[in-house]
Amino acid sequence: MTVLVFAELDSTAGELIAKAQEIAKGLGTDVTALAGPTNSGEKLAKLGADKIVNLQTAATFAITESYADAISEACSELKPQVVLIGSTRWGKEVAARAAGKLGWGCAVDCSSVSLDASKALVVERLVLGGNAVAMEQFTSLPAIVAIPPKTIPCNAEDPTRKPQVGDKTFSLPEPKLKLSKTSKREVAGVKLDAAQVVVSCGRGLKNKDDVKLVLELAKTLSGELGCSRPIAADLKWLPKEHWVGLSGIKVKPRLYVAVGISGQIQHLAGMRDSSIIVAINKDKDAPIFKAADYGIIGDLYKVLPELMAQLKSCSK
Amino acid sequence: MAEILVLAKHTVDISAVKIDAETNEPILKGVPTKMSDFDRNAMEEALKIKAKLGGKVKLLTVGAPEAKDQMRSLIAMGADETYLVTDPGYAQMDYFAISKLLGAAITKLGKVDIILAGEASIDLYSGQMGPRVAGVLGIPSVSYVRKITPDKDKLIVEREMGDIIEEYIVPMPALITVTKEINEPRLPNMMQILGAAKKPITEWKLDALGLAAADIAPKTKVLKMKGLTMKRKNVIYADEPPQAALKLVEALRNEGVLGGGAK
Repeated sequence: MTVLVFAELDSTAGELIAKAQEIAKGLGTDVTALAGPTNSGEKLAKLGADKIVNLQTAATFAITESYADAISEACSELKPQVVLIGSTRWGKEVAARAAGKLGWGCAVDCSSVSLDASKALVVERLVLGGNAVAMEQFTSLPAIVAIPPKTIPCNAEDPTRKPQVGDKTFSLPEPKLKLSKTSKREVAGVKLDAAQVVVSCGRGLKNKDDVKLVLELAKTLSGELGCSRPIAADLKWLPKEHWVGLSGIKVKPRLYVAVGISGQIQHLAGMRDSSIIVAINKDKDAPIFKAADYGIIGDLYKVLPELMAQLKSCSK
Repeated sequence: MAEILVLAKHTVDISAVKIDAETNEPILKGVPTKMSDFDRNAMEEALKIKAKLGGKVKLLTVGAPEAKDQMRSLIAMGADETYLVTDPGYAQMDYFAISKLLGAAITKLGKVDIILAGEASIDLYSGQMGPRVAGVLGIPSVSYVRKITPDKDKLIVEREMGDIIEEYIVPMPALITVTKEINEPRLPNMMQILGAAKKPITEWKLDALGLAAADIAPKTKVLKMKGLTMKRKNVIYADEPPQAALKLVEALRNEGVLGGGAK
């Protein structure tokens, strides 16, 4: 009986430990952290784990299958009531596979995790293309819950805490599949998620060349260029680093300008946290106007030059 | 020759979901349904692999009986056989229940070499089902795959994990979930659409899989859903472009957001 925590990065594990302590207190148990090859057991103890259990491997790279299988084995032995895993692309895969092996309930991408009055575990997560939050209850424990990094404030390290290392070590089994190659992805140098101003274009553009018009507006506003799904995924006029949306990048600039974007909810899910949203679209019924603070109904090919002229004159 | 299986989900068309202004809950009754978007990519990839290795493409869904109508869109692309596992309790099923049903159905289907699924479904978007079913079956899996090169007894797959591109050599049987970028799904022609309407869909109930309702009692239940509405100012200018641009720039200046990159 314990609350078990695992994340590849100690910083994420520290956040999960803070949540695990809260749940463990409610359930009257303690917190055990799994220390894999990328973790420091000592650090996890200082971050608040009561016990450390080692996951050992000879492999040099994190293969989901080995981790999931080792974690399921650890779960069968340690019998945790709740397992918290970092909800990264990788962590979700590990959590889901382990849940399948163990036959346990599992929820991923949880923005909120708590015990209700009857000590049932309740989680919240975004569904329906970011249009709604679902509140889900586990009808029984044990449960596996994946929480994204930076969802929970991390505990401060307590240097006086010493790791209490469990006597059992679980080894990561040799996976059936082989990681044959890794390479660094070429990134176009766009940092949309940190941008203060994002100007995005959508299928209102007639030609690939017209992306320049929108880029010019982005530059005038000292912002970055974004786009909707059709431009990046279907037409491939811009690389994926520019794609704002549910399956693309989530942005929260002070100013978001949507040019020729109709406003499908998958797009809105990627920009709804922007401070001010501006829409330019020739269709007065486009859903983007409902999501906008300010908007211009008009042909972008006529509106953009006027807007540029106004912006240039006011910056003089 | 490869036995290829595509797992697909019948879901609401999320772009048609509205939020009830009074209850602030999403309205899911009466909303059009479809097969989840990425399932078409999974079917396309299955057909491509079949063209290369030979064999058969099967389609499998766990869903309500109404799923059949929408499954025809995937059958029309070129599925050889189609299976629907259905039960009156479908609406209450969670990932645990559905993965167990899929696992049992896959076992009943017999030899399978490659299982393909979308990386996630459009409605819940968790990406759990693929790796979860692989866990149930105890076979290797790789999620978020954007390229598959099939060989006689193995697959070479490529996926993107943040800044890193990973390539795996995967023995069969294996389960692969694919992203939208992997291919451009074919559009069936009229003949294929008409032909799909006549193709049989084998329906299995729980007992056909040797399971009872108690075996798939859900581990999670949805308590409620809350709509996220955007509260925005909705100041929309319909003037001629020069006047509209002037008004917009003035409004943005008053909001203090024309400072560009400066904080």
